[in-house]
Amino acid sequence: MIMGYADPFEAFFAFQRALENRLSSDWLGDTTAGTGTYPPINVFQQGDDLVAIIELPGVNKEDLNIQAKDNAIRVSGRKSIDYPEEVSLHRRERVSGVFDRTLAVPMQIDPDGIKAEYNDGVLVLFIPRAERDKPRTIEIR
Amino acid sequence: MAAQQELQVQQKREVDKAQEPTTPMRAFLPTADIFETEDALTVVLEMPGVDRDNVDVSVENGIVTVEGRINFNKYKGLQPVYSEYNIGPYRRSFRISGRVDQDKIRAEMRDGVITLVLPKVEEAKPRRIEVR
Repeated sequence: MIMGYADPFEAFFAFQRALENRLSSDWLGDTTAGTGTYPPINVFQQGDDLVAIIELPGVNKEDLNIQAKDNAIRVSGRKSIDYPEEVSLHRRERVSGVFDRTLAVPMQIDPDGIKAEYNDGVLVLFIPRAERDKPRTIEIR
Repeated sequence: MAAQQELQVQQKREVDKAQEPTTPMRAFLPTADIFETEDALTVVLEMPGVDRDNVDVSVENGIVTVEGRINFNKYKGLQPVYSEYNIGPYRRSFRISGRVDQDKIRAEMRDGVITLVLPKVEEAKPRRIEVR
């Protein structure tokens, strides 16, 4: 869908549109505990595997917990914002607090093979599909 | 307690177009905190997915503008299957008053959050007047 464009901008628009179209997707259906709760998740397919990209700006790595079991991945933690003392707040749009969200994917995954990276306020989960769940070609003899 | 509050998703707001854009790309407004101490005004903006090399801070005609670009290469070869938020560049501007020392503005980026410190000019700092 987004491979090999000459114009990088065009690729970006296509990508934004693709994301927009997926907003109404029922791919995760009722399996994800609480659509619309924090943090927002985008899920992508990369070959057989899945990549979940989660926006979590300003969270300490130590305050982030990721657990995986069967086909569910739980992301929980706390986002805290420290204001200096003796401060007058002019504008306060950022939110802080605790979050706990479980992402259940509709396929068999390899929970031990999940890798997580947190960079620039974005949590990326690489979720490998379980070997036994991959499609197999059956040879006819 | 405020810190225990369960977090809610904030929908990304699109940048209001003051001028007509020449490209159909959508830009988003980073959420902001602004607070003031005795010495400085601090502006904190959340731009998840933006690293230090992809952010520009400029001051022109008393307007400070922060722009953050997303490194789209990270999304190469990924097919969206489920989406709850859109991605795109971030942009936001603030008019700063004459009380800010424009030459001393500094910025720091960490975990997708940029902190701009706008120091006040000396005359604008509060002063204690001694009673004799």
